[in-house]
Amino acid sequence: MAATPYVSLDRVGKTYLSPRGPVAALENISLDVRPREFVSVVGPSGCGKSTLLKLVGGLESISSGKVVVDGKALDGPPDRLGMVFQRDVLLDWRTILDNVLLSIEFTRKPRAEERERAMALINRFGLGGFEHRFPWELSGGMRQRASICRALLADPELLLMDEPFGALDAMTRDDLNVELAQIWQDTRKTLLFITHSIVEAVFLSDRVVMMSKAPGVIVDTIVIDLPRPRRLAVRDSAEFAAYVHRIRHHFAELGIVKE
Amino acid sequence: MMRFVRRWLGGDNETRDVVVVLSAALLLWEAGVRLLKPSPLILPAPSAIFAAFLETPGLFIRHLGFTLGMTCIGFALAVVLGVALAVGIVYSRFLERTIYTLLVALNSIPKVALAPLFVIWMGTGPEPKVAIALMLAIFPIVIDTVLGLRSVDPDMLHLARVSKASPWAVLTKIRFPCALPSLFAGMKVAISFALVGAIVGEFVAGSQGIGFQILVAQGQFDTVRVFVSLLLLGLVGTVLFFLVDYAERLLLPWHVSQRARHERSAERV
Repeated sequence: MAATPYVSLDRVGKTYLSPRGPVAALENISLDVRPREFVSVVGPSGCGKSTLLKLVGGLESISSGKVVVDGKALDGPPDRLGMVFQRDVLLDWRTILDNVLLSIEFTRKPRAEERERAMALINRFGLGGFEHRFPWELSGGMRQRASICRALLADPELLLMDEPFGALDAMTRDDLNVELAQIWQDTRKTLLFITHSIVEAVFLSDRVVMMSKAPGVIVDTIVIDLPRPRRLAVRDSAEFAAYVHRIRHHFAELGIVKE
Repeated sequence: MMRFVRRWLGGDNETRDVVVVLSAALLLWEAGVRLLKPSPLILPAPSAIFAAFLETPGLFIRHLGFTLGMTCIGFALAVVLGVALAVGIVYSRFLERTIYTLLVALNSIPKVALAPLFVIWMGTGPEPKVAIALMLAIFPIVIDTVLGLRSVDPDMLHLARVSKASPWAVLTKIRFPCALPSLFAGMKVAISFALVGAIVGEFVAGSQGIGFQILVAQGQFDTVRVFVSLLLLGLVGTVLFFLVDYAERLLLPWHVSQRARHERSAERV
């Protein structure tokens, strides 16, 4: 594929200074994400996958190498970026609607048209009727849906998601996987998704990047060639099982998971 | 009528709890004095104290008004200055290293001991009373507000940076609302401290206020009038505290500590 990558990491390293000396969190990370591609990063806890996401988001400085987003070397958060974190970080004193509008409100007063779009997103994620409720009146899954609406409202080109469903129960997580797959299909954002669930990564992604820890390096990248749109049933197919097995087997070989 | 009384006594009501507990304490006190008959110079009965108040109610109210004024002005200044200082401390490394360090160091000396100094600086008018109230009240406000402004989820701040939020927007839309519960915790401590400050100011010098009334009565060994002043102070202190508490309930219905109360009152309706 000849398309220029939307996100490009070139031999990126990140070293933290700790009282016991420098600690390498990431080493020699090279990764390209094409426009409108869904890429997941899987790896064990502490492999630096969240750090990787913060580097792409311009929230932390890199120690070596280069990060380019939309043709520009990073200096702070890139334009047209949306982020979703593991914790929904909704503001308790704002209603769901006002929370969704927050990303726009930071820079200016939301226009009527943006309020309409916010309501459309809220309805689309099944939160209709809850727009005037407060976050603490909603379940964890609904709160995370609201935080995804908030990230989508500013119509970002690039979405970074840091284990967004990691704190949810298995059923809610499945629901949100399907909803995210659908919304990605419809809006075609460039999406970099961090998870520790191999099944989730295979289900959602065009490519799965495998990371190992201490220091965090990329060990393999696997192209997921499953038909879209994907329904949950795809997880019962032999191809799906083969991908999951391949990734798990590779992690086992590295001594990261037990087989 | 009976039904109303029964509902009032049976339900969940903080005002009622306060009234019931305080009346019970006064009754116990009255009974104790009548039974044990201590010298009125040591401990007068509540009924005698109430009678002494009714002899010159205007005088007590006037002095109480002065003390209340000093307390409220000192408290209001402490809130305004304290919040401004806290914002400065959180946003500036320099202010944090200088002012905050200084405040924490000053906080550990008994500030009441500084009261005579304020009289030398400011005279015997209202100014030193306000200043001492302010000095006592500002510490809990600054320290709690700094804590509150800092206890924002780091991911929320990341989100703000990604959305290109200005520092002003981060302060007004995230940090300040997030710090409000801590600010109120500080204010509840501060309102009592402000009252202490005003009284200490009146003890040291001056010719007005409940603190001055206590000194005069003490000079005349008029224990009953000392107690009138003390009970009035207790009453005013309690009312001030609950006013801050009430303001917190109105302003922070979303906070964890308030939700249970709201749910309870919703059930009652």
